[in-house]
Amino acid sequence: MNQRSLLKNPYYRSLINKMVFIAIAVSFAPMLVVSGSMLNRFSISHNEKLYAHLGELVLKHRQNIDGFLVEKLNNIRFMAKSFDIEDLKNEKFLRNNLAALQTEYGSVFEDLGFINEEGIQVTYAGPFKLEKASYSNSEWFRKAINSDYFISDVFLGLRGTPHFIITVRLKNNGTPWILRATINFAAFNSLVENLRIGETGFAFILNSKGEFQSKPFFEVTHRKPYSFYESIKAGRKTKDGLFFSEIADDSGSENIYVASLIKNEDWILIYRQDKSDAFADLNQAKEAAIFIIFMGGIVIIVTSFLLSRWMVTKIAKADWEKELMNQQVIETGKLASLGELASGIAHEINNPVAIMVEEAGWVNDLMEDERLVSKENRDEIERALAQIKTQGKRCREITQKLLSFARKTVTSSEDVTINELIKEVIGFCAQRAKFGNVVINSKLQENLPVMQLSNSELQQVLLNLLNNAMDALEGNKGGNITVTSDLEGNEVVIRVEDDGPGIPKVNLGRIFDPFFTTKPVGKGTGLGLSICYGIIKEMGGEITVSSVIDAGTTFHVRLPFKKNN
Amino acid sequence: MAIANILLVDDEIPFLETMTKRLTKREFITESASGAPEAIRMLEINSLIEVVILDVKMPEMDGLSALKIIRQRFPLVEVIMLTGHATIESAIEGMKLGAFDYLMKPCDMEQLVSKVREAAMKKRRHEEKIIEAELKKITVSRI
Repeated sequence: MNQRSLLKNPYYRSLINKMVFIAIAVSFAPMLVVSGSMLNRFSISHNEKLYAHLGELVLKHRQNIDGFLVEKLNNIRFMAKSFDIEDLKNEKFLRNNLAALQTEYGSVFEDLGFINEEGIQVTYAGPFKLEKASYSNSEWFRKAINSDYFISDVFLGLRGTPHFIITVRLKNNGTPWILRATINFAAFNSLVENLRIGETGFAFILNSKGEFQSKPFFEVTHRKPYSFYESIKAGRKTKDGLFFSEIADDSGSENIYVASLIKNEDWILIYRQDKSDAFADLNQAKEAAIFIIFMGGIVIIVTSFLLSRWMVTKIAKADWEKELMNQQVIETGKLASLGELASGIAHEINNPVAIMVEEAGWVNDLMEDERLVSKENRDEIERALAQIKTQGKRCREITQKLLSFARKTVTSSEDVTINELIKEVIGFCAQRAKFGNVVINSKLQENLPVMQLSNSELQQVLLNLLNNAMDALEGNKGGNITVTSDLEGNEVVIRVEDDGPGIPKVNLGRIFDPFFTTKPVGKGTGLGLSICYGIIKEMGGEITVSSVIDAGTTFHVRLPFKKNN
Repeated sequence: MAIANILLVDDEIPFLETMTKRLTKREFITESASGAPEAIRMLEINSLIEVVILDVKMPEMDGLSALKIIRQRFPLVEVIMLTGHATIESAIEGMKLGAFDYLMKPCDMEQLVSKVREAAMKKRRHEEKIIEAELKKITVSRI
């Protein structure tokens, strides 16, 4: 029986499925739990580190921007305190100071102006024509005249370009004056922009109304700027004054915001980065982990399937062998018990049959002296006595076969040349074959090893097989028998093949059973093949049969040999 | 001279009676015993018995045990084993113990007669050889 046909059995298929399921579940569950928890821990840790890092950067950037503004304010305050009102009213003096500041800080200081309490710019130093410009209606002026110093929001003003101003208030005999400096927006903007991380991370500043105080690197679109500002401030706040939040923009993409209030909480510095960009490393790690789990899963599934299939094949084979062994044990037990029975029957029958035959013989002896009986009756008596003798002999033959079947063999092994033995047995059958219109052919492999077994017993087996084949063919008005010998591995195989009517499948399983016969009553005892079976088993070999209806029957006798034979 | 003096031993009385009559009719002097102990007693009494036809399976003492005793105590008497229970083992055992032959019931009368004759001839030849040897001894001692 081959491996495929064994595994077609639904029981073994279900066993494979169960084993595969259990193997996968047992392998997968811990792998998924461990991988999942590791990935989760890694994500949390990565999140914490990322936000901490961003917070640190924003804090530093806040210090830079605040430092910039304070430094520029201090420059103007220094000027206001160091010089007289009259000096500041001097345009040339103002120009010289602007030049000194620009020498020190580059183009950060755009211009300087000195404004009286009516908002009229008394003196001006700078690139625009703003001499005598009136700021009385400007919002910044109203705020600046009422505070010692002031930093405005970014606005367009009279010049029409974005800028913001730093003012310091001075008093001369109770009259307030304002010293004003314009900060170059580009310089300030480049400072704010100086925070760039990844592909999408950038910083910008909003005032408390949600208006941009720097030019964002990427477009930031929110329908309600003020509510956006509020949303940022509504985020998680740390003790360092940082706000963390995650807000989706109008396109729906999720962004990370880290913010901090600057310029005495007038402005808010915001760092924004696309979440997928910020977590790109984490996502790559996740994808790698998922790929490894997926590949590991495939390996587990394939291995589980192959391993289960291999194991179930072994189990199925062991079951099959066990079943075969059970059948053999049953067969052997059946034969043994029948053997005991047959032995007893043989003895019990032989004695009365012997008496019967002897009595008949005695009547026959007496008849030789008897002259009184008429010839007609005498002939009839002699026929009846002859019949008793014949039937007695038949009984003896049956009991001899029974005894042969029951026999516990004590055989003497000898060197047997299989091909010679086959030729000899074919010779025995030649006469009968000739009359039965049967042709016996032989195909014998040369150089077969000399076997150590009972010559007479193997002869008996082959003779029995040939007689059976001839019985089958004679009923079929002749045919062909082929006897072959082969060497297959460590076995010598003898096949007796006929082209007779074949054996019905229903009889094949019982063919070696004692007393099973398909021959007419009186023709067969049903013990021949049982005896053959017993003899070949004793030799450590195997006898099997294969048959196809209307095509013929083949008996296979396999005899093991050892090389030291 | 009769063809042979026979002792027929079998526990089956009808077989014993019929076989005795049939052998007697064939001019054998036939004695019969229904068991091994009786047969041994008869051999002790009747020294003319040449051939014992001995059943193997009997109560009291089986044929093989009886054969051992006969071979020991009456070495010149030939024994033919006759049984309804012939096995290769018992046949081999019988032959090893010195039985002349081994036949299975029911046997052919002519075959049995032939075997008995052969056994008797063997026994007589054996006796003649012994007598000749004895005569030689006597002659040699006289000379």
